[in-house]
Amino acid sequence: MSPIPNPIRPLALLGIDDLLSEEERTIRDTVRRFCDDRIRPQVADWFEAAEIPARDLAKELGSLGLLGMHLEGYGCQGTSATSYGLACMELEAADSGIRSLVSVQGSLAMFAIHRFGSEEQKEQWLPAMAAGEAIGCFGLTEPDFGSNPAGMRTRAVRDGSDWVLDGTKLWITNGSVADVAIVWARADDGIRGFVVPTDSVGFSAPEITRKLSLRASVSSELVLEGVRLPADAMLPEAKGLAGPLSCLNEARFGIVFGAMGAARDCLETAIDYSRSRLVFDKPLAGYQLTQRKLADMAVELGKGMLLALHLGRRKDVGSITPEQVSVGKLNNVREALAIARECRTILAASGVTLEYSVLRHANNLESVLTYEGTSEVHQLVIGQALTGESAFR
Amino acid sequence: MKIVVCVKFAPDSTAPRKFSSDDTVDRVSVDGILSELDENAVEEALKIRESAASDAEVVVLTMGPEQARTAITKTLQMGADAGVHVVDDAIHGSDSIASSRVLAAALERTGFDLAVCGMASTDGGMSVVPAMLAERLGVPQLTMASEVKVDGTAVTIRRDGEVATETVEATMPLVLSVTDAANEPRYPSFKGIMAAKKKPVEELTLGDLGVDAGEVGSAAAWTTVESIEERPARTAGTIVTDDGTGADQLVAFLAERKFV
Ligand SMILES: Cc1cc2nc3c(=O)[nH]c(=O)nc-3n(C[C@H](O)[C@H](O)[C@H](O)COP(=O)(O)OP(=O)(O)OC[C@H]3O[C@@H](n4cnc5c(N)ncnc54)[C@H](O)[C@@H]3O)c2cc1C
Ligand SMILES: Cc1cc2nc3c(=O)[nH]c(=O)nc-3n(C[C@H](O)[C@H](O)[C@H](O)COP(=O)(O)OP(=O)(O)OC[C@H]3O[C@@H](n4cnc5c(N)ncnc54)[C@H](O)[C@@H]3O)c2cc1C
Repeated sequence: MSPIPNPIRPLALLGIDDLLSEEERTIRDTVRRFCDDRIRPQVADWFEAAEIPARDLAKELGSLGLLGMHLEGYGCQGTSATSYGLACMELEAADSGIRSLVSVQGSLAMFAIHRFGSEEQKEQWLPAMAAGEAIGCFGLTEPDFGSNPAGMRTRAVRDGSDWVLDGTKLWITNGSVADVAIVWARADDGIRGFVVPTDSVGFSAPEITRKLSLRASVSSELVLEGVRLPADAMLPEAKGLAGPLSCLNEARFGIVFGAMGAARDCLETAIDYSRSRLVFDKPLAGYQLTQRKLADMAVELGKGMLLALHLGRRKDVGSITPEQVSVGKLNNVREALAIARECRTILAASGVTLEYSVLRHANNLESVLTYEGTSEVHQLVIGQALTGESAFR
Repeated sequence: MKIVVCVKFAPDSTAPRKFSSDDTVDRVSVDGILSELDENAVEEALKIRESAASDAEVVVLTMGPEQARTAITKTLQMGADAGVHVVDDAIHGSDSIASSRVLAAALERTGFDLAVCGMASTDGGMSVVPAMLAERLGVPQLTMASEVKVDGTAVTIRRDGEVATETVEATMPLVLSVTDAANEPRYPSFKGIMAAKKKPVEELTLGDLGVDAGEVGSAAAWTTVESIEERPARTAGTIVTDDGTGADQLVAFLAERKFV
């Protein structure tokens, strides 16, 4: 049998493009072209060196409109949630680290200010953050409290009308390059959020090195030693853990799409490789064992994509629930990681290098599996929704 | 200031070229795009608008089939203000003389201070339309600009030739064409993508422009395509194994084909 001259790409298998509006396709194509031009040629080097030109990158991402793109006003673009998801997908198809930069900026830091901030806080920060002139980070996790942020030790104490913050945050994306940190701390009336300029006295953000995952992304510790802030540094509308958790829900939504971007890139890479790699005198793609792998992966990719779009449509009409986002995050990151690893087997030795994207994606997805709620945490969320029983403790 | 950018809807140059049964380029059943070199024309117009002292408007003009609307949409997403689409069945098969006749009539109708073109279309690629437009409209032409400076109504360009670099200046109204060295076309912004749907696009027929159908189309073309043949499939090349006589073999190969 002669090979089909023009095999279809994995997402075309289910005609996914037909589910998108023209506007959504254009936004997606624009981000894809940006990634092809500006990210893909360099990202393996950034990953290897564990260094990204975060400031320049933020400005470029901002001028395209990617930062806080689904928020309204204050220099933001006001796109649909689905368009935002599709943008995350393209960014993560290039590298999860770049998507992380955008997620943290838009869905965590900017969203927190947009949703819970005062008018002054919005005016001061959002336009600059949308343009990428100012970078934000989001400090929730602490050394001893990851999955259970309710236990946090960082404290905010009143001193006259000022606030004084003390504590340590860990694993904070963008931390060392940020101009502003959204820091969650325990106050007398429960957990509150603070807008902390990173040049505040007593604030420092040493970078975490020696990561084997998300190397094209800055991760930091935030150290707050008696950081004194004026009364209006607190986010007035966020009370209790519901504040930060609603931000996480926003970012998780982007990951539901993003993970499928990484998976798509791996699968396309593996298909292309298998068609040109000759083993035992014929293309690897022509063996049943390979085709079984490719078919199963394309099925999971298609299912995950349909799930992402389903959640996107629900979010755009306002009917999405946190449990549904958990379903998406759990499934899509888990499957993306499985796909990345399986693709790596098809590339074999070539797959362990930075010449191809597959192991870089697989390594990145280990972080994505953990942050924004580990798989186990999402299983517990879904389990609770199904049974009414909380199994967290 | 009114800037009108002439853009062409061309078959995607990365896809295989197809021809219709009448030997014209198939522009209907193929994926068409905004001719890539015309993105530079749009970018230059947007830059001129952005740095203009007074109000400036960028209108995009295309002549082409229904699908050519996508080329206009793309430019509106990049930031152009409005579009004009000349679409008429009689235009099919027009040569550049007829194309320039129609485009000049459209430019006269819209009015312009600056008519901006690309350096060449990515399909026809003759680079003649801008000069023909200037001639028909009786205005100066500043073609093949790799740098453009606008000062009031004075426009100065740099044209990089093979042996010399020329600086040419003219006063508006005029026709300008820019090369791909002139600028780096912007990506459409998301706001632009969303706003594009609401921007006005006017559709005009030959009748609206007062152009007689007999002046355009295949019948009026100065040349006729008699037949088209596909290029024969590539054959395997000659591999020269260097056993010490490699250089001699190469020279012999080239000499035989009169390359050296
Ligand atoms: C690269 C990277 C970037 C990050 N960026 C940020 C950021 O910008 N901001 C931020 O605030 N945080 C960030 N994080 C932190 C991330 O959110 C946490 O790592 C995550 O919440 C898990 O916390 P932990 O690592 O402390 O794991 P732990 O909470 O210690 O979990 C250890 C294991 O126990 C499991 N587990 C936990 N609870 C239960 C339970 N009840 N039942 C069964 N199993 C359980 C977990 O699933 C996991 O497998 C980032 C992390 C990484 C790796
Ligand atoms: C031998 C020959 C036979 C041809 N036969 C046919 C035929 O049968 N049918 C057919 O459809 N075409 C035919 N063409 C192509 C047609 O003549 C040209 O596409 C058209 O005249 C424009 O010329 P160009 O593409 O070379 O543009 P160029 O002169 O290379 O374009 C320069 C610039 O002019 C502007 N411009 C050009 N065309 C347009 C447009 N349509 N709308 C707006 N702006 C424009 C753009 O700014 C462009 O960057 C033929 C061409 C040749 C060489």
